[in-house]
Amino acid sequence: MLKTGVLDPQGEAVRHALGAMGFDGVNGVRQGKVIELDLDDSVSEEDVTRMCEQLLANTVIESYSVEMG
Amino acid sequence: MRAGVLVFPGSNGDRDLAVAFRAAGFDVKMVWHKDSSLPDNLDIVGIPGGFSYGDYLRCGAIAAQSPICRAVADHAGRGGYVLGVCNGFQVLTETGLLPGALLRNSGLKYVCRTVGLQVATAASAFTENYSAGDTVEIPIAHHDGNYFADDDTLARLHGEDRVAFTYLDNPNGSVQDIAGILSENRRVLGMMPHPERAADPVLGGTDGKAMFHALAGTFATA
Repeated sequence: MLKTGVLDPQGEAVRHALGAMGFDGVNGVRQGKVIELDLDDSVSEEDVTRMCEQLLANTVIESYSVEMG
Repeated sequence: MRAGVLVFPGSNGDRDLAVAFRAAGFDVKMVWHKDSSLPDNLDIVGIPGGFSYGDYLRCGAIAAQSPICRAVADHAGRGGYVLGVCNGFQVLTETGLLPGALLRNSGLKYVCRTVGLQVATAASAFTENYSAGDTVEIPIAHHDGNYFADDDTLARLHGEDRVAFTYLDNPNGSVQDIAGILSENRRVLGMMPHPERAADPVLGGTDGKAMFHALAGTFATA
């Protein structure tokens, strides 16, 4: 997800479109990205966090969260 | 004088950049992204515009992890010069060689036209043939050129006179109209506009030519 404070023009365009379609009450839309990884059992959550820090997210502008399932 | 121009799958400004360097007197080597080292004795590395790796994940993100970019980071770390144009600027922010990031244009549209820029500093090997305050016409062509940096970074960039160019009429939502920035040692320049596309009269403008000649002057006397 783009961090709070970073303008998300795509999210803003989606919010306008929802309003134009008659969906009222949508105060804000933030658009993000889901990346699914198919992992060996040997890969830890810590490894995935390192992947996020080094490539999957740009932490200058994006926040991320990891879910292992 | 030797310049190396990187070539990624999806680069499209590489040959234009090579032509502009050659016209200023450089011997130019094209450098493939899978190479893990740069040619010897390069004075400057050019990272061209285009869509490296199809802009997958984020513009410049995959290129920043390529073998050649590790060599470019080492080159910059040794005080080497680097010019990143458009996608090259995106690559430089993704590698961390320059601060900030390039977001989707605020108008959401790809913008391809010649824009007016103000030269914000002449104190660099790239911009010394201009004067601060000069207005130049340089083409832009990008979808993700909306420069973003946090307030501390912006204060540092201004405090250290590292903003190289600003837009006269902001085309993409960049914070404080920033079009190009310098590294701390002033030897790495990243900019969204394409000076190499304004370096020959046949291209419709020559305002970018002064940058390549300024660089040539720096290395000729070095």
